[in-house]
Amino acid sequence: MASIKYKRGKTPHKLEHRLIFKNVDREDWDPSIATYIKDGGYKMVKKALKMEPGDITNEVKASGLRGRGGAGFPTGIKWTFIPPDNKKPVYLICNCDESEPGTFKDRYIIHQDPHQLIEGMIISAFAVGAKVAYIYVREEFPEGAQILEDAIAEAHKKGFLGKDIQKSGFDLEIYVHRGAGAYICGEETGLIESLEGKRPYPRIKPPYFPAVLGLYMCPTIVNNVESLCHVKHVLEMGGEGYAELGTPRNTGTRILCVSGDVQKPGYYEVQVGKVTMGQVINDLCGGLKPGRKLKAVIPGGSSSKVLRGDERFTIKQGDGDVEIGIEDIPMDFDTMMACGSMAGSGGVIIMDDSRDMSWVINNINHFYAHESCGQCTPCREGSLWMQKITDRVVAGQASPDDIDTLQSVADNIEGKTVCAFGEAASWPVQSFIAKFRDELVSSTSEDNKDKLFAPEAELAAAGLK
Amino acid sequence: MDVSKELVEKIDEVITHYPESKRSATLPLLHLFQHEFGHIDEQAVEWIADKLELQPINVLELVTFYPGFRQKAPGKYHVRVCRTLSCAMAGSYELMESLCETAGIDRSNITHHDPIAVSEDGKFSIEFAECLASCGTGPVCLINDDFHEDVDPANADKLLKKYK
Repeated sequence: MASIKYKRGKTPHKLEHRLIFKNVDREDWDPSIATYIKDGGYKMVKKALKMEPGDITNEVKASGLRGRGGAGFPTGIKWTFIPPDNKKPVYLICNCDESEPGTFKDRYIIHQDPHQLIEGMIISAFAVGAKVAYIYVREEFPEGAQILEDAIAEAHKKGFLGKDIQKSGFDLEIYVHRGAGAYICGEETGLIESLEGKRPYPRIKPPYFPAVLGLYMCPTIVNNVESLCHVKHVLEMGGEGYAELGTPRNTGTRILCVSGDVQKPGYYEVQVGKVTMGQVINDLCGGLKPGRKLKAVIPGGSSSKVLRGDERFTIKQGDGDVEIGIEDIPMDFDTMMACGSMAGSGGVIIMDDSRDMSWVINNINHFYAHESCGQCTPCREGSLWMQKITDRVVAGQASPDDIDTLQSVADNIEGKTVCAFGEAASWPVQSFIAKFRDELVSSTSEDNKDKLFAPEAELAAAGLK
Repeated sequence: MDVSKELVEKIDEVITHYPESKRSATLPLLHLFQHEFGHIDEQAVEWIADKLELQPINVLELVTFYPGFRQKAPGKYHVRVCRTLSCAMAGSYELMESLCETAGIDRSNITHHDPIAVSEDGKFSIEFAECLASCGTGPVCLINDDFHEDVDPANADKLLKKYK
């Protein structure tokens, strides 16, 4: 293939491996099907339609592809959860609700390379037996939704969607469905409830695993935008070939989204586990701002636990243990979990020593309080309660035992809710207290003990309104 | 409620995307109505409920749940500024302040259920939004359907001048 030219200032870093983002910021590229086909696109659809659906699933399993939406669950295995004797229609849903704070990758796929997603969806739908698929696009991507609709129309015209695709006997319709601004629609069962036209209150799993009881209580596969794009490449390279990228059990590439106190925030696609946190900060992102020290890192979207800049971690290596610093952590799923956080959505937020941790956790608490769907009492009441406490910490109106209360509230949400939003809301608070307790307490005062404060005044005083 | 023939055609087409259940079309219909009329009022709720053979509450509960739907008319141009961590670190609260100052908007009376403030002349309305998924280029904002990134708070007036 001819070497690819990128727009000025947008050439990928040499540590990158552009697979999914091959066409993002590409010179002489546009989202049309003509350009995509000229570049070799839709060949994998033709290949897939000649295979047995089960064999496609086997390739995805062999690839070791793990979901790129945040949970990192093996994609091929998720597909096998559809009951083998199923007689109901099967649905494929592309989760394009990208809303995890710190994450910005699916946006570029749908705006600049929509046909890669469509190709991945056609292959996946064929593999799982879906005849109807939806792309759930967050409301705040109006241009993206239109680009997808145009791309779907183009794919129809060229015979890649509709009835009897490429004379294979396989029918598939893909529809774009726009959300309306709720983060909880990124939760797969919340998304399904939203698609059904109801309030997006997530369903409890078990029994409502979407592959068994999903959309309209039929088997439904929900996959992230990036994951579905990887499927195309798995077919191109073969499962084993794909698994040669990345590291064992953490295969392939992933897009890291880095923001915060670095010189060059942005998106970087790397082989999973082949790049360390230090390389992300210092090489990909050109280092911290001048004169600044690393204070904190959120490695996988705001729901992931925060790590201290000066933290040491003990991880297994070979037969024994080894102690590493934060900059040595490989950007993969397993090591990040062993270090007490998670790779999540790939949203890396870097904070330097100019940042007040009380202000940071308060900003995060506002997010979760706003986005709680309200279904579960611990989350509905607890998320707002945690926000109010940290509002007062930031406003200088908290007492030291408020931090204990904050911990207690978080501990009473985690593990006690219908969906993982409970963990998402509580882990930030628990980890900021665990890692930065002294700093949080230093923003409090015994003078505030037993005092009452008017909420509106708190918010206004802290400039938080 | 005066619903044009063109809008009804679009609505009928959208309903065909959900062969299994008409209720699934509630969200797209709400989007079509809000795009046409600027916000969703009681009549719109009843029209949509009637069209999809639902109870009005089934439509209203979505309007009150989702931040994307407005029950009151916004300004001619509606601004949404991201307030979540990375954008806040990059200056989005300062951006909100300078946009309000430039557009002549007073946000002191907003509430949780009524978070949108409209300028005196009705030209601009503004609210905070949660993470808009462009954290690397913060602070960011949406003005109607236009997405603006890397917005320097000092350039708020330059940005708003583009909107006549």
